[in-house]
Amino acid sequence: MPNAAHHRPAAEPPLLKTPLWELHKQLGGKMVPFAGYDMPVQYDGMGVLKEHLHTRKHAGLFDVSHMGQAVLTGAEDPALALETIVPGSMTGLEPEKMRYTLLLNDKGGIIDDLMVTRWDDKTLFLVVNAACKDNDFAYIQKTIGKDVQLEYLADRALLALQGPAAEKVLSRLFPLAAAMKFMTSAKVVYEGAELYLSRSGYTGEDGFEISVPAPMAERFAKQLLAFEEVKPIGLGARDSLRLEAGLCLYGHELDETITPVEANLKWVIQKRRREQGGFCGAEKILAQLKDGPSKLRVGIKPEGKAPVREGTEIFSPAGKKIGVITSGGFGPSVDHPVAMGYVESAFAGEGAELQVMLRGTARPCTVAALPFIAPNYKRD
Amino acid sequence: MSKTLFSDDHEYVKIEGNGGDGDTATVGITDYAQNALGDVVYVELPKIGAKVAKGEQAGVVESVKSASEVYAPVSGEIVAVNAALEGDPAVVNQDPLGQGWFYKVKISNQNELEELKDEAAYGAYVQGL
Repeated sequence: MPNAAHHRPAAEPPLLKTPLWELHKQLGGKMVPFAGYDMPVQYDGMGVLKEHLHTRKHAGLFDVSHMGQAVLTGAEDPALALETIVPGSMTGLEPEKMRYTLLLNDKGGIIDDLMVTRWDDKTLFLVVNAACKDNDFAYIQKTIGKDVQLEYLADRALLALQGPAAEKVLSRLFPLAAAMKFMTSAKVVYEGAELYLSRSGYTGEDGFEISVPAPMAERFAKQLLAFEEVKPIGLGARDSLRLEAGLCLYGHELDETITPVEANLKWVIQKRRREQGGFCGAEKILAQLKDGPSKLRVGIKPEGKAPVREGTEIFSPAGKKIGVITSGGFGPSVDHPVAMGYVESAFAGEGAELQVMLRGTARPCTVAALPFIAPNYKRD
Repeated sequence: MSKTLFSDDHEYVKIEGNGGDGDTATVGITDYAQNALGDVVYVELPKIGAKVAKGEQAGVVESVKSASEVYAPVSGEIVAVNAALEGDPAVVNQDPLGQGWFYKVKISNQNELEELKDEAAYGAYVQGL
């Protein structure tokens, strides 16, 4: 039965706390270790299911302060140097625009996925994964450190306000929020300090991420939570929301052995970069773009009600092992189990009928289009 | 006469009759367990007629995020399962010791009941977790 107690070996360092840790406790957050931080997985009186559905219907506030925020500057455009370690067009990024991209190793494997925002012609703002941030920053320093300066913004919190009511709520504080489009950013002043807004997120909903100086993070979060549309949302719903939205989670869909093409993220490689290469692992990645990869990330819809979890093996109709589930759970909005995984490319076509081996029994599943829900991004 | 006993794995056994061999007991998960699991979205139950041995896996209960095994707290033959859980697994959260029961078992070894905790002992055990 459930192993509710989280026992950690005594040798591990104590868990880190985000600037909102006290607030999570006040709000009845059920705290669990995640990426070295003590984080709320859900809140008393709500739970993963209700928090998930609330976010899709109204607005949810997530503490994502564990993620790494950094500023990249240079004597010339730091995007030139950054393009040697990511496959996306960074020099082509206009001020206030942002892009999702991938930090690559020299084999084209994914070290992390990240958001890059252009502030001006000499400055980029990066947001990277919590569990990867130390490694990412060391890698950036090692590979392009002679051409750029990387400043880690350890003293800032990051909040995500997600859901159809996010625009209405945030524009009460910052009217310009209503005019922002998906994947753009803006700086605003709040109580004399600068906040970095972006219209982005990890739920498949419209929404914003807001970088706030740590000392005022709790006050700011409470101000958002005071609006009736907004509820605090834990990591549990964050995961089920992103899974329904078909978004990758580092360490699950992405790792250092997976390339952007295999991860079905070739859209992050803009035309100029496909033509010119010039990034880590380009030879392998450009060959995969041309010839197709041997395996591909796909959505998997299990038949029936039983969720299929990470690590479950996937088989062809003939019974040959062809892949594995990398994330799986229950999709509260679609009301059926949802999963993602890697399968051999020959079996990756939408609608392909496959099988998963669940507790010794083969069960039918199909390759499903991603995302599982219709996203609600504010594109124009 | 009926009484309810509890396993360290957070299953309960509600015994009808004296709890002798051949008596029937209802098995489910405790309130502590449903709370720790969170919203239940799927329950896999044993088949009627199956024989389960104490400590063996007798089912699976899944929340949005995770799957947990249900271990048989007593040995015996499955004589009924709660088919209502298929359509409405959330009843496990709402009423774990009542409508949210998992299966009924014909007890084959009454001595096993001595290894289970009564309500007071289980309450103290949960307090210590």
